[in-house]
Amino acid sequence: MIDRILSSAALSVTSGLGPHLLSVSDLTPDSVRGILDTAESFLDLRHQTVKKVPVLRGKTLVNLFYESSTRTRSSFEIAAKRLSADVINVSATQSSVTKGESLIDTVRTIEALGADGIVIRHPSSGAPAFVSERVRCHVINGGDGCHEHPTQALLDLFTIRKRKGRIEGLNVAIVGDILHSRVARSNILALTRMGARVRLVAPPTLLPSAAEAWPVEIFHHLEQGIAGCDVVMALRLQLERAAGGYIPSLSEYARLYGLNGRVLRSAHPDVLILHPGPVNRGVEISEEEMFASSSAILSQVEFGVSVRMAVLYLLMGGGPDSGLPGLPPGIETGER
Amino acid sequence: MGYLKPGSLLIRNVYYLDPSEGVKGFGNILIRDGLVESIGVGESFGASSGVPIIDGGGALLCPGFIDLHAHFREPGFEYKESIRTGSMAAVAGGFTSVCVMANTDPVNDSADVTETIKSRANEVGLVRVYPIGAVTKGLAGEQLTEMGRLSDAGCVAFSDDGKPVSTSRLLRKALEYSRIFDRPVIDHCEDLDLSAKGVMNEGIVSADLGLAGIPNASEEVCVARDLSVLALSGGRLHVAHLSTAGGIRMVREAKRRHLHVTAETCPHYFALTEEAVRCHGTHAKMNPPLRREEDRLAVIEGLKDGTIDVIATDHAPHASHEKEQEFDRAPFGIIGLETAFSLSFELVREGHLTISELIYRLSTKPSLLFGLPRGRIVPGGLADFVLLDLSGIWEAGSPRYFSKSRNSPFTGTQMKGRVNKTVVGGRLVYDKEGVFVE
Repeated sequence: MIDRILSSAALSVTSGLGPHLLSVSDLTPDSVRGILDTAESFLDLRHQTVKKVPVLRGKTLVNLFYESSTRTRSSFEIAAKRLSADVINVSATQSSVTKGESLIDTVRTIEALGADGIVIRHPSSGAPAFVSERVRCHVINGGDGCHEHPTQALLDLFTIRKRKGRIEGLNVAIVGDILHSRVARSNILALTRMGARVRLVAPPTLLPSAAEAWPVEIFHHLEQGIAGCDVVMALRLQLERAAGGYIPSLSEYARLYGLNGRVLRSAHPDVLILHPGPVNRGVEISEEEMFASSSAILSQVEFGVSVRMAVLYLLMGGGPDSGLPGLPPGIETGER
Repeated sequence: MGYLKPGSLLIRNVYYLDPSEGVKGFGNILIRDGLVESIGVGESFGASSGVPIIDGGGALLCPGFIDLHAHFREPGFEYKESIRTGSMAAVAGGFTSVCVMANTDPVNDSADVTETIKSRANEVGLVRVYPIGAVTKGLAGEQLTEMGRLSDAGCVAFSDDGKPVSTSRLLRKALEYSRIFDRPVIDHCEDLDLSAKGVMNEGIVSADLGLAGIPNASEEVCVARDLSVLALSGGRLHVAHLSTAGGIRMVREAKRRHLHVTAETCPHYFALTEEAVRCHGTHAKMNPPLRREEDRLAVIEGLKDGTIDVIATDHAPHASHEKEQEFDRAPFGIIGLETAFSLSFELVREGHLTISELIYRLSTKPSLLFGLPRGRIVPGGLADFVLLDLSGIWEAGSPRYFSKSRNSPFTGTQMKGRVNKTVVGGRLVYDKEGVFVE
């Protein structure tokens, strides 16, 4: 099994992933496929008694989180640990950030401590790219402001491919707060890049005014927007959007844009429902639909670990000069 | 007028051009005690004058540039810029007069601060510095400043720049009251509520980058308000840094109705678009933001037909540690004094303006708008001049800027058209070897 991991991984490394993962726009369709194939290989690990491979042994990954996060941070942590990396979590509330240290000073300190890679979650759009230009270690965007969340999009692609067998040619509707959603931006790039047709369904107040320039179709009515769609992705609505004047109330939003059994009848009979989480039950999606067989919400979380393992491995696993992932001694004996 | 020690100088071998006097030619200019004494040709011209001689080397001598909009940051923010470094940047950019905005600390809302700025500028002695007084005390947008005392102390205009005059009623009072002194009120036109937390132009780039946008309507709504109020109040309104096609259209229409409105733009609004944010990051962050291509073209059109009266710099220095931040946290603004001429000269190279029209918008018209003395190439004229090498090529920011700050998207760009020398009151204050003669 490990052979399969390594052969597919080696294949994808040659297909051009840079030193950082900042934006889906930096990925070619081939490198996306490479990541997904590598994630596929890692997926089998979950059923092993020893869920670890030693490919990142001796490497240190720092999770630098300036926003609260449960699933992304734990997912990266578990992924890194399964690859045998050492993981440190730094969150803004408990670090010198509260003493007024600038982002760049914090990151340089972390680098000086010996980090090989930093996952950054930050409320400012562009913060990971800003950091990547100023450090030598790998930088992975764990979600930046309203910009991008590339590993979320990759795990969404992975989930879709797993459940639908393909991505190309599918009709995918993204429903909700597109304006503030980094998940939406990464997914629009990723899905269109992989040949899916993307629709955005949202009130005009939650869409960028320039969204027509994106290669998408735009709808303001949910039932029309998801009509015939193979995949419907609901976005999390930040509860403070009502106070911000973007929507009149949560209940009106739920009435117009909440997914439920009735409205989903207009979608493809085999529709797949995704949500990046955490879900506001009864707002973006009804309780029944959350746990229906069409929903892949928990699979997304599960697959997220494998996808992040793939990303970490492909970015950080290569030998210093080879351009190919190093083959740590003893790996062949890890399984069989 | 700021007191600067006058000098005497014989400048030989220059082409000279003064659009306001309708003068052009080739020859030598003899300056005595800060004023032009005579203009003539021939090797022997001025030979017996006994004044220092500089060779213009065939450069183009024009009236020095006058910037109606700069931030010298002193008092209060000397880590960004001081009157000394700001003056150095100004003369390196060919400016002989600079109007400095009131958002210092303390704010220039009292005669004391105005006096301090002026005396500091005179100590430095490089460039004529004209303070702009605040419209409201502490820029708080509530109570008018004592415009009479500020005016007497030397303020040439009033502005709460950085922010719009807060309410329509206050703008009305400011425009009405300023009529006593015949001084313009300069407004930074922005509907702050509509801009909300915007950090760049609202459009495709902000959508892609996930950055909060400032729509064109933010400027347009405020320009519309200001023009309506101006029709009511009288007085003179000067619109700062126009950046949108809509704002320009409204100013054009108001001028047709003979409202007393004038307007400026800055080189970055005709040199760049919002796309620059993708590659230059916070060095392309200013307010108003860089707009779309159609706005850029409208700015050029406005300069051509005179809707936009002058090119000002909005020179806004910020320290590296302030710009080296997350995009939404970094302050707005870029430096502009040292690159203004070359960026503007591009309009001449592209055939939008003649060199004469450009000099008019950089020198003559600013002088007329704020009633400032300007260099004039006639006997008795003030000897504030710039010598331009129109075929000169240089690299912005290399090896350095004279400004204390480096926040410019143009750093490292090859520039065409170069300031060779600057003369203020008959004294050579800058030449391109970087020598300041004090």
